[in-house]
Amino acid sequence: MTLTTAPALSAPCGTRPLVIACGALAGDLRAVLRANSLDAVVEVAYLPANLHNRPDRIVGEIRPLLVDALAAGRQVFVGYADCGTGGHLDALLAEHPGVQRMPGAHCYEFFAGSDQFAALHEEALGTLYLTDFLAKHFDALLWSGLGLDRAPELRDMYFGNYTRVVLLAQTDDPAVTARAIEAAHRLGLEFERRLVGRSGLDVVAVSIGKVNA
Amino acid sequence: MADDEIVLADLNDEDLVAQMHDDLYDGMAPEIIEGTDILLSRGWGPEKVLNEALVEGMRIVGIDFRDGILFVPEVLLAANAMKGGMEILRPLLVETGAEPVGKVVIGTVKGDIHDIGKNLVAMMLEGAGFEVIDLGINTDAAQFLAALDEHKPDILGMSALLTTTMPYMKVVIDTLKELGRRNEQIVLVGGAPLNEEFGSAIGADAYCRDAAVAAETAKSLVQARRAQIRADALAV
Repeated sequence: MTLTTAPALSAPCGTRPLVIACGALAGDLRAVLRANSLDAVVEVAYLPANLHNRPDRIVGEIRPLLVDALAAGRQVFVGYADCGTGGHLDALLAEHPGVQRMPGAHCYEFFAGSDQFAALHEEALGTLYLTDFLAKHFDALLWSGLGLDRAPELRDMYFGNYTRVVLLAQTDDPAVTARAIEAAHRLGLEFERRLVGRSGLDVVAVSIGKVNA
Repeated sequence: MADDEIVLADLNDEDLVAQMHDDLYDGMAPEIIEGTDILLSRGWGPEKVLNEALVEGMRIVGIDFRDGILFVPEVLLAANAMKGGMEILRPLLVETGAEPVGKVVIGTVKGDIHDIGKNLVAMMLEGAGFEVIDLGINTDAAQFLAALDEHKPDILGMSALLTTTMPYMKVVIDTLKELGRRNEQIVLVGGAPLNEEFGSAIGADAYCRDAAVAAETAKSLVQARRAQIRADALAV
């Protein structure tokens, strides 16, 4: 099941550029598109955020949307990084030259920027990254998603090699920070916060904007 | 005690083993420990308990994981339960003096701290009769090489969870090639983002999609390799 943005104001839905994006990006992507006056120009199909826990299914979910949109002559951008697909997403995109995706391995990387992400990784391999979305939905996506609600004794099997949680914050929101701190506490990990903003998503606006300028 | 609660000690051997498969499937560690003790007390050898009760139970778990019926948390609970039984059996297996099926050096590659899959594979290899030397996480080529020198294993196993770390497997394999040592071991690779094509492209002998497959592949490749060595020796 996918969720899409509101109907087009300026063009029929079936002709607008399509962004196929992870549901975890919905709030931030809407903000970026709105800031670039693209929210009425672009249709966004959001895939369920819980694919985060089943990356082997991501390409299978993207493929039909991508193929249908291209067949209809629409411009398509994929709002996923590799996201654990192990190169399968790139293999899909290689079949469709001209279709771009978000850079890097994960949303953590494009939000933080590759240099900062590499530095964070270098500082502590055992870092669990959260975005605002993941902090807000920690219970559903991570705690329950990993079965820790049913079997909390598995916590150290999953996170025994981790040392810290880093919140890569999109917004300066104390409530989100509090949730991330609580998540770190439940995982028994140290907590750090870096305000990285949403600029990592500008590539979507740039890509769509270039063609539609 | 509830009226419908199953008393493991009251079950005959066949029913007890079947119940242990169910308990393993449900991740019930205390029941697996109890069942293991009961079978041993009935004169079962540790190898028979291991193979028929634990390994067979985990094989069923592995099939349902592969088929999307079970997910990682359930597999981890099952593995935890098996671990409880293994802890009882391990010293007894050593006492029997049985030769291991082969020796495996295994580790998660450099830059990667994820070891759930690697630990499951190590456990299933041990269950299949291999001696397992586990190098842990974040293992670089020098550490792998040092372990190969020290332990002279039949198999080198490498694991990675991240797209960013899986290419390091090729670094290790290329290092072995450069040293002219690639053929000294069977190289098995695994991890969530890997696939058959990747394993083949980096020059591994096999990609193993899950722990049960890893154990089966390890056994068959070691047997094939030994048969080849015998054939070569006869041909000389």
